[in-house]
Amino acid sequence: MAENGHSHGDNAEYYSLRAEAMQALLIEKGVCTLDDILTMADQIDSRSPEDGAKVLAHAWVDREYKKRLLGDAESALLELGYDLPETAPKLTVLENTDEVHNMAVCTLCSCYPRAIIGRPPAWYKGLAYRSRVVVNPRGVLQEFGTELDEAVQVRVIDSSAYFRYLILPKRPAGTEGMSEEELAKLITQESMIGVAQALSPESVTAS
Amino acid sequence: MSSQARNVEGKYRPGDLVRIRVGVPATHFRTPEYIQGKQGRIKTLCGVFPNPESLAYGGDGLPAQPLYQIEFSQTDLWENYKGRASDTLFIDIYEHWLETI
Repeated sequence: MAENGHSHGDNAEYYSLRAEAMQALLIEKGVCTLDDILTMADQIDSRSPEDGAKVLAHAWVDREYKKRLLGDAESALLELGYDLPETAPKLTVLENTDEVHNMAVCTLCSCYPRAIIGRPPAWYKGLAYRSRVVVNPRGVLQEFGTELDEAVQVRVIDSSAYFRYLILPKRPAGTEGMSEEELAKLITQESMIGVAQALSPESVTAS
Repeated sequence: MSSQARNVEGKYRPGDLVRIRVGVPATHFRTPEYIQGKQGRIKTLCGVFPNPESLAYGGDGLPAQPLYQIEFSQTDLWENYKGRASDTLFIDIYEHWLETI
């Protein structure tokens, strides 16, 4: 998305000062310790889209694993060595199919499956995406260059409470015989939010 | 879904039609205004969780609130919706924001 309506860039200093002030107050009032804050930031920064892509690529190649992941994401993640922190919100994985295309947003703030794919992109937190994706999801998909078959149902997931949603994109055609590692490279951050499909194998070999 | 999320009782069952309560408290709440007053259908009971409206002010979040995933038809949310009639929106809402129809 070319313009993201995200004002933090212009006011980085202001927001940074505000965050510092809030952090100081939280510690002073005994709500949490500096250690808690640093631990949580470390946990988030220890994850990246590559972690999510690895898990989702495994679900592409192992049908039984996919069932477990869609049924109980946290247990399924543990199988692959991802132990979500106790403090992390609950995680649900939703599968995009030929019938339904899921896309995730948090209209209230910036809820995002940080515990498995790290920090969200700036546009995800911006007012433009958050306000427009619920009203005109197909228009937003087009802006991301995502073409859907007319018959596909678009389902917007507004994460407003205790659950965070990770999207399992559709496995692209022509990927039979690819290794799990190669498949993971097709699963982008945008595809795990649902604003894009997974990359085609051609687009990866071309670049 | 975790074991905490199962084995719990809520007032509503999957398929029940509900209306989202209208209200804009001056305090913290997690029910976006665009769905307020709209009708949706209970998809699942996600579990029972501490009430964020209390947690936000250092409270204990009790009594815990059943949390439901609710499905809306996009055409019920927006006049002149530009997508297909079958397009939907899912959102998680606490029981005390729901009204029986």
